[in-house]
Amino acid sequence: MKKIILLIALLVGWIAFYMNLANIADFLIYNILNLEEGKHLTESIWFFIYEVPKVMLLLVLIVFIVGIIRSWFSPERTRKALEGKSLFAGNVMASGLGIVTPFCSCSAIPLFLGFVEAGIPIGVTFSFLIAAPLINEVALILLASLFGWKVAVIYALTGLTIAIISGFILEKMKLQRYVEEWVYQVKSNQPGLVDEKITLNDRIEAGLDSVKEIVGKIWIYILIGIAVGAGAHGYVPDDYLANLLGDENWYAVPLAIIAGIPLYSNAAGIIPIVGVLMEKGVTLGTALAFMMSVIGLSLPEIIILKKVLKWQLIVIFVSVVAVGITMVGFLFNFFNI
Amino acid sequence: MEIKVLGTGCVKCKKLEKLTENTVNELGLDATIEKIEDIYKIMQFGVMRTPGLVIDGKVVLTGRLPKTNELIEFLTK
Repeated sequence: MKKIILLIALLVGWIAFYMNLANIADFLIYNILNLEEGKHLTESIWFFIYEVPKVMLLLVLIVFIVGIIRSWFSPERTRKALEGKSLFAGNVMASGLGIVTPFCSCSAIPLFLGFVEAGIPIGVTFSFLIAAPLINEVALILLASLFGWKVAVIYALTGLTIAIISGFILEKMKLQRYVEEWVYQVKSNQPGLVDEKITLNDRIEAGLDSVKEIVGKIWIYILIGIAVGAGAHGYVPDDYLANLLGDENWYAVPLAIIAGIPLYSNAAGIIPIVGVLMEKGVTLGTALAFMMSVIGLSLPEIIILKKVLKWQLIVIFVSVVAVGITMVGFLFNFFNI
Repeated sequence: MEIKVLGTGCVKCKKLEKLTENTVNELGLDATIEKIEDIYKIMQFGVMRTPGLVIDGKVVLTGRLPKTNELIEFLTK
């Protein structure tokens, strides 16, 4: 009970702080630091002082809420939900569950093995493995606060579509023979963790833990990202990148995706770079394609998957997802969203 | 008591191993701790999220680090 009251008090404080961010930034800039209004430097510093607490506040709140929501989900339950689902419905469900099931790419192998053991088609498993890293609360909050809600929603919807359709195509290609043989021999003699009793208090703890873990890991990227954004704020774009990756060039999107595959970063690390690219005149479609490629297709993940998949399947997997991302990029550039 | 820490080498797995060792020592329990890194063996416990903690053949925790008092509860139950 005490905890609930404390949480409500914190929420009220959160709202008050959030509503007054602009006032606080104004006060710090003009009254404490005594900077001159209208100067480039002043604008940049204002942007930084306003944006950092804004993004941090949003992150803490949403990561907390998502942490609580995730306490209702587990890979074991997700597996049960997916067992015996027909192909397309399975892909849709797996992609959706990929967003809410707690997942870390370090657990990709046990998860893959567990799904195969339960007889879940590999295409459905791939839908899960594509959606889980690609669409997450951190990516969506950062996209929304830096580029607006429309961009965040578009990112989520197209990301889901890629996960569903790629998984479906991979299943239709009948690739089972490219999974390492030993994978099919895995048999568990135990049910794993049988229903833990989770109290409301545990769920709140889970929310707090995920705030500590996620925000603790990414705050530095956010700081750097916003600093870069503040530096670029209002300055004239350099048009070299715009010429190379602007909307005139059809090859901008594939080039961005190929560049993104060997790069590995979480959503928080990549958003500042996306911000800079867009400041420099790279179109939204190309920038989002780059981001999806970095987050969704990465060398470390490929190396992890190599334990259970033969190289042919890895090549096909990467190609199918890359084609999906390319289409998203083209779509946006074509419709000029 | 037979304790097994399941983990393929992720950061949390190593932390769990350390934490379990320390707690067992502090409590002065008579227990063996075994680290299982082979994914094939890990899967036999039905664990899909590492790290996992197995006490006397029963999975008690997966996918996260326990709080110290939680771990003590597992160990003394």
